[in-house]
Amino acid sequence: MMKGIGVSPGISIGRAFVISKAATTFSGVQLTTNEDIAAGISKFEAAVVSASAEIEAIKMDLNLTLSADELNILEIQVELINDPQIKDDVVEKIETDKKTPGDALLEVIANLVTVFEEMDDEYMSARSADIRDAGARILKYLQNIPPPVIPTFNGDVIIIADDISPSETMTMDLQHVRGFATRAGSKTSHTAIIAKAKGIPAVVACGDDVMMAVEGDLIVLDGATGFIHINPDESALNDYKLKRDALASETEKLKGLKDVPSITTDGVSVHLEVNISGIDDMLLGFENGGEGVGLLRTELLFMNRDSFPTEDEQFEFYKSIALQSKNNPVIVRTIDIGGDKQLSYFNIDAELNPFLGYRAIRICLDRPEIFITQLKAILRASVFGKLKIMFPMIANVQEIRAAKKLLEQAKYELTIQNISFNANIKVGIMIEIPSAAVTADILAKEVDFFSIGTNDLCQYTLAVDRMNEKISHLYDTYNPGVLRLIGNVIEQGAKNNIPVGMCGEVAGDPLATLLLLGMGLKEFSMGPAAIPVIKKIIISNSETKAKQVFSTVMQMDNSTDILAYLRQVTT
Amino acid sequence: MITKDYTILAAQGLHARPATALIRLVKNFKSAVILQKGSKMVKLNSMLNILSMAIKGGETVTIIIEGEDEQEAAIAIDLFFTEQAKEL
Repeated sequence: MMKGIGVSPGISIGRAFVISKAATTFSGVQLTTNEDIAAGISKFEAAVVSASAEIEAIKMDLNLTLSADELNILEIQVELINDPQIKDDVVEKIETDKKTPGDALLEVIANLVTVFEEMDDEYMSARSADIRDAGARILKYLQNIPPPVIPTFNGDVIIIADDISPSETMTMDLQHVRGFATRAGSKTSHTAIIAKAKGIPAVVACGDDVMMAVEGDLIVLDGATGFIHINPDESALNDYKLKRDALASETEKLKGLKDVPSITTDGVSVHLEVNISGIDDMLLGFENGGEGVGLLRTELLFMNRDSFPTEDEQFEFYKSIALQSKNNPVIVRTIDIGGDKQLSYFNIDAELNPFLGYRAIRICLDRPEIFITQLKAILRASVFGKLKIMFPMIANVQEIRAAKKLLEQAKYELTIQNISFNANIKVGIMIEIPSAAVTADILAKEVDFFSIGTNDLCQYTLAVDRMNEKISHLYDTYNPGVLRLIGNVIEQGAKNNIPVGMCGEVAGDPLATLLLLGMGLKEFSMGPAAIPVIKKIIISNSETKAKQVFSTVMQMDNSTDILAYLRQVTT
Repeated sequence: MITKDYTILAAQGLHARPATALIRLVKNFKSAVILQKGSKMVKLNSMLNILSMAIKGGETVTIIIEGEDEQEAAIAIDLFFTEQAKEL
């Protein structure tokens, strides 16, 4: 067993097909006459033309159905083959060092490959494979190497190779290919891109051991964990077969939903978003079909350190999120410390009821310097994506006005520093305190959006500490009182024309989906894994049905009946 | 001569795909176009030279254009960095 980097998830079982490459070698020949040198240069130029023509032919070959990613790889190849820098370097080696065009090219490519491999940037070092591939294409026409035999396969095979070039992956008969395992490569190498695009499990950077496999060996490969087994024993093989089949049916379901718009059967569009603490969650959420970030928690930025993060440190974080958000909206919640989240460098006196104590916006309004630093960092990042600002733990309208005043001050400070920001950044609040839910009609006039935080709203409404296990059975989101508060917030949002979202646990609870939809909720934000499940409910039901569910639930007097009913109607 | 600064908006930086588009765009003009990051300067006609600068998302680069059609080239390049590059 060995381990590489899993770049395309899934489990594959098949027979090894090993592609080994003949090494290209230097001839060491020195050119002697000026005629030879001139001929060498024109031979190189002709090879460049032929190599470009070969790529054009691949692009035009209608038998190959190339994806946009694959076409891009080919375009990049054309540019590299025709690169003036490569040409100048090769011509110089032919003219000054009297090298044959083949030797000159090999040297130039080898140098470039080293330079790129050593670059401190994963993407750029992976480009060394493109350069090597471009060089090999030109070299082929210089040394009259016959075109590669495109392997055709019988039965399930797993391709094992040093690295797989774009030309190989694109022209290979992939019908029976169940997986790729390469000795070299990285997350951004061609094998990774193509395997992902084709949905074929792949593991790269396996090291020399993988080349010990011989043709016909039974190979098991896990493209998620990166594990590879050569000739595994029967019990391991059976385990993997079971895992493969379970995974196949699960991913099939999810994959099918990713690009399906989340619209009810009667045409009501619902926005599914993801709750995140960092970039990884966001990308996973987008992969699962999320169309924005309904909650970016900023506490992680403040935890596990010795002092408050500086404005620049925070700015870099928000900027990286904004840049990778693919222009989807991202709601940034200002710090929500206190309660169960304490900072080692910021001492909060022991409190009898920390959840009712000094926390979130209350700290921010008390210590404006902490708050303004964060607001300035978010504002500066707002030019890189659709960022919105959200204040947590709002209990009354004065707090909103005070927070907005500090936001204005942050904007003013940036303006006099001549730093650009989105002056019209949207400002919203979390609705998680019962007084805010009850006065949603008043608060709606002060902000651009609401987001309902069900976790705190539930614990405050029911007077149940959600951290206390003794009373955890009393923590009950389906309590009619909690549901009425949620319903009121959604209704008041609609009346005042401001969008209402939900970023608490309930938004990702499949039993609540129809009820919330019936209340009129259009923005659900949840953990990345929940998105496909919620989407499936939305696309299989109508808003009309959801409205009936809502009015039926409002007739019921206890959560046990409500839950039993919701279980029965949720399909 | 026209000089202008641009912040790279694409998260992945000026990687191979936008670099390809940029080189092809620049080929349409007679003017010489130079890309500068910090103290490094390269002609905007070589993919390798652009890639070797390893320009990341959020970084600022300077574009220098000189030639008879520099006005037209500047407009096209401006559009590329402010609009098209986001799509690539």
